[in-house]
Amino acid sequence: MLGGYTYGELGSILAMQGFAGFSLFSVLLLMALGLAIIFGQMGVINMAHGEFMAAGAYTTYLISTITEQYFPAFMPYYFVFAIVIAFFVAGALGYLAEYALIRHLYKRPLDTLLATWGLSLIMQQSYRSIFGAREVSPTLPDWLMGSYQPTEMIDIPINGMFVLALTAFVTFAVFYLMYKSNWGLRVRATTQNRIMSGAVGINTKKVDRYTFALGCGIAGIAGAAFTTIASTGPTTGTLYIVDTFMVVVFGGAASLLGTIASAFSIAQAQSILEFFISGSMAKVYTLFALVLILMFKPEGLFANKVRR
Amino acid sequence: MSKQSPFRCARTKLKTLIASTSVGLMLTANAVALPTAEVNKTGLAVTDDTVTVGILHSLTGTMAISETGAQEAEKLAIKQINDMGGILGRKIEIIQEDGASDWPTFAEKSRKLLVKDKVAAVFGCWTSASRKAALPVFEKENGLLYYPTFYEGLEQSKNVIYTGQEATQQIIDGLNWVAKEKGAKTFYLIGSDYIWPRTSMKIARKHIENVLGGKVVGEQYKPLGDTQFGSVINKIRLKKPDVIYAAVVGGSNVAWFKQLKAAGITAKKQTLLTISVTEDEVLGIGGENLEGFYSIMKYFQSQDNPNNKAFVAAFKEMWGEDSVIGDVTQAAYLGPWLWKAAVERAGSFDIDKVVAVSEVGDIELTTAPEGYVKLHPNHHLWSVARVGKWNKDGQAEVVYESELIEPDPFPAGYQ
Repeated sequence: MLGGYTYGELGSILAMQGFAGFSLFSVLLLMALGLAIIFGQMGVINMAHGEFMAAGAYTTYLISTITEQYFPAFMPYYFVFAIVIAFFVAGALGYLAEYALIRHLYKRPLDTLLATWGLSLIMQQSYRSIFGAREVSPTLPDWLMGSYQPTEMIDIPINGMFVLALTAFVTFAVFYLMYKSNWGLRVRATTQNRIMSGAVGINTKKVDRYTFALGCGIAGIAGAAFTTIASTGPTTGTLYIVDTFMVVVFGGAASLLGTIASAFSIAQAQSILEFFISGSMAKVYTLFALVLILMFKPEGLFANKVRR
Repeated sequence: MSKQSPFRCARTKLKTLIASTSVGLMLTANAVALPTAEVNKTGLAVTDDTVTVGILHSLTGTMAISETGAQEAEKLAIKQINDMGGILGRKIEIIQEDGASDWPTFAEKSRKLLVKDKVAAVFGCWTSASRKAALPVFEKENGLLYYPTFYEGLEQSKNVIYTGQEATQQIIDGLNWVAKEKGAKTFYLIGSDYIWPRTSMKIARKHIENVLGGKVVGEQYKPLGDTQFGSVINKIRLKKPDVIYAAVVGGSNVAWFKQLKAAGITAKKQTLLTISVTEDEVLGIGGENLEGFYSIMKYFQSQDNPNNKAFVAAFKEMWGEDSVIGDVTQAAYLGPWLWKAAVERAGSFDIDKVVAVSEVGDIELTTAPEGYVKLHPNHHLWSVARVGKWNKDGQAEVVYESELIEPDPFPAGYQ
């Protein structure tokens, strides 16, 4: 590899390649956080997670279109608001889904899998009917496009840095919420012992509903953020759902720390392998390693001891 | 052949446009009604005043994004043909089926159209996978399929007319152009991981190495739907190719171009030629992410000729002002017109007779939006390759046109 390249060139490639790994890490983590909360805290396998993500992405697209038409002067700033609104829209949809569908199925975990898969199909077709089959992209503010050049040879994508920063923010917010707030205490109590939590006066049904809504809301944030990287179509969600489950399962279902570690190792492995071999094979080797590790550690990287 | 008159008001404008599109395609105006027993000896769905055809595209599922335009164009062509009096004095009626982006469904619906509905022709399929699934049905039931997509070649069936380009018609002239105009010597090939990009890249590599004397410095395939191109972009940066030659499709395509731009690789520094971007894709990618890059196709919506202006106006009138028209949409539009020409030449709807006159190799359309096309005995079309340079507004400016290229689905020396 060294032949013909200067150290400066190789150094800059190394820096950019490192960033590519971090960028993939932040994407995986942002997707997996919402799912980890729902799967980890409630034991619900939410197959429609990708579609809640798409809801966030479509919200961003709508706000971009409205802003462009009616408040063009506001264009450079709309994106930040779009993320917040995407959170609430996806969260509200999640709240509704929990109320109408999921809460009736808590005692039948395999049925939630089927029901949420059906929900995902319904949501996909609704997007297709409302927004059309073609993929759409919001018009991004100029400051999000292009690259940052610390030296002549290094280009760091600004959208990648933005997603990284957003992921860090959301992760800290989730940690604070889960481990430092009263609400988080109730969620964790419910996870550990539902009957006892009910006995001490926690409204476990309400906790479930808000936990599900929060998970979906974070999916909405992810959707909004991903509009800077890729486009949005009715089936966008399905592109991400497999990777997301992979991260959550590998990390250990009930552990947020595990989710982070798992996203980081998968992202770095894939990004480094991809630099040396082809993209398809990189994925094959990553998955192969994953299967091997899970064979010896079926509960994932970090397993919480939970009394059921 | 067609005469343009200056247009005044919108309503007459449309009528004139449709008429002028049609004039050149009208070869044998058939005022005398032919008896049904004469034109239909094989029990097709033909009555004294109607003939039934099938349209088979995905209206739902992941391929709906691409196939919507194709079925819109086919309906437009059929409507225009009906407005001119139909075929052999018979109006065309459509039975539409949904392939649902699922390849076995394409086979099943093909069988339904051919066996139960007895349609005289089917306009449909988009991906190679759907065509391969439907093909045995068409061959067994002796149906006739007009297939609109540019594809990898290596196929020729009695029961299929291919209105898109096969691989050599799209690839070779584009490479010649970029080698000559940009002095390109080194190429980086990147595509999605399935049959069409891989076959296309195989041809491209052979041409680059054996004919142009250039060098392929990298060849990469990404899984379908993948949206992470950071590592690939770094590899490209390291190899510094003169040209990036791309065949990335679907959702990946958008991610690919957005991330190229974000990584600071723009047309100012890098020449990029792609065989997988039409106006349809640009809608999703965004013109600003493509500005200055090149596509090689046989048709661009911006093409400046009277046929195309009439076609674009009629398309927008029927399907909305915001419609965009890509290469495949235009190729799909040719299907019903080619079928009409063949049926009228044969004086019959019977599949064997229609195929027989199609194989003579002199059925031509002088008013095709892309210009002039002619059907080759090998069931493919002679066509022109065009290089388009993308503008910010999502339209391409045609910077190069080849001569008319003979279709060669089994290219010797390229396999």
